[in-house]
Amino acid sequence: MATVFGYFNYWVVVVLMMTGFYVVISANNLVKKLVGLNVFQTSVFILYISMGKIFGGTAPILVEQPVVYTNPIPHVLILTAIVVGIATTSLGLALVVRINEAYGTIEEDEIHSLSEEESL
Amino acid sequence: MKQYAVLRVVIRLLLPLILLFALYVQFHGDFGPGGGFQAGVIFGAGVVLYALVFGLHNARTIFPPWLLRLGMSLGVLIYAGVGIVSLLLGGNFLGYGALDAHHPEHGQHLGILLVEMGVGITVSAVMISIFFAFAWRGR
Amino acid sequence: MVTAVAVIRMRDLFAIVMLFGIYSLVSAGLFVVLDAVDVAFTEASVGAGVATVFMLGTLALTTSREKPSSRSPFLPLLVVFITGAALIYGTLDFPPFGDPNDPIHKHVAPHYIEESGAEIGIPNIVTSVLASYRGYDTLGETAVIFTAGIGVLLLIGGARRRKPPTSDKDSSP
Repeated sequence: MATVFGYFNYWVVVVLMMTGFYVVISANNLVKKLVGLNVFQTSVFILYISMGKIFGGTAPILVEQPVVYTNPIPHVLILTAIVVGIATTSLGLALVVRINEAYGTIEEDEIHSLSEEESL
Repeated sequence: MKQYAVLRVVIRLLLPLILLFALYVQFHGDFGPGGGFQAGVIFGAGVVLYALVFGLHNARTIFPPWLLRLGMSLGVLIYAGVGIVSLLLGGNFLGYGALDAHHPEHGQHLGILLVEMGVGITVSAVMISIFFAFAWRGR
Repeated sequence: MVTAVAVIRMRDLFAIVMLFGIYSLVSAGLFVVLDAVDVAFTEASVGAGVATVFMLGTLALTTSREKPSSRSPFLPLLVVFITGAALIYGTLDFPPFGDPNDPIHKHVAPHYIEESGAEIGIPNIVTSVLASYRGYDTLGETAVIFTAGIGVLLLIGGARRRKPPTSDKDSSP
């Protein structure tokens, strides 16, 4: 029982990660793929943050009385990762816009068939 | 969006608060949750809101593209510049302790403030200009 | 977590993007529960705010309906289940959740927690690690954001060409 409780967070992370992974590899639409990628990304964030958590800890902001602080290092890593994530996501979205202008569609298999026709 | 009077009035009331909150988050990041990244994003979101309600042209007259490009590069320059100044003052690169020879803590404080400001400027300029790029494309 | 599953089933991209915003907000709440207030703040403003706006901008420029897929979902499902099973097997080697004796809390974190008050002099440990101890990293992240901004401006920054671009690349040999 303790095992189940101790690992529940990690299992949630795995389920979320696989949800995102499934969307990425099975979706045909490029915007949906990017959403899946973001879901995947958030699951990694949750993994890091839950590794840093200590039971009974508080947020890592120094106070007078002695308390247990949750580990601040994963927070720092994820903080920057989120902002870099939005930057890369917006780059991907910009690429989608350009693909739509070039091919007139954002469905992957239509793009494939169009570019095959072009190369013939 | 000229027809939504309620929206315009409410946004006009809320917008200064949002921008002020962004600045608060920026400069209070030492003491509570917050910092350059969040402040930049909140500031950018405020401008995006303004652009959505009052039109893209108005927003682009307040934040012309050259200003945004300047902000993007200025933020990174401030960050790297703080590192170089601390290097010239005899410390390590980005070792803010050298900024104040007598009180390394004060130097750290100043360095962190400047660096967070650089981050905030870059992030907000990038967010606003990405939104403008998308919205301008869609006219 | 339910919203993430709903994302798979939906076809309307507008609803997908909105659900993604809700999902980000929920995960921001989870971060607060896990004591990561800074991260929750960022996730709420970035994921639920700006990312949703950017995705809506893309939808406005493209289309908001997904076409039904002709591919069968069984191969991806198989891959996903195998990978998921492997990952769950891998988590069994993890240190238990929330235990203060985990290896992650033993390396450099105690130094940051105990000394940063004296060395840096600001209460928020996350900020002092972010901007001072790991200043190089953050400089790199800022440069990444700067580069991404330039990339987006290069890709879609200019005005749209009025006539469709003529195929200027030669057909492959």
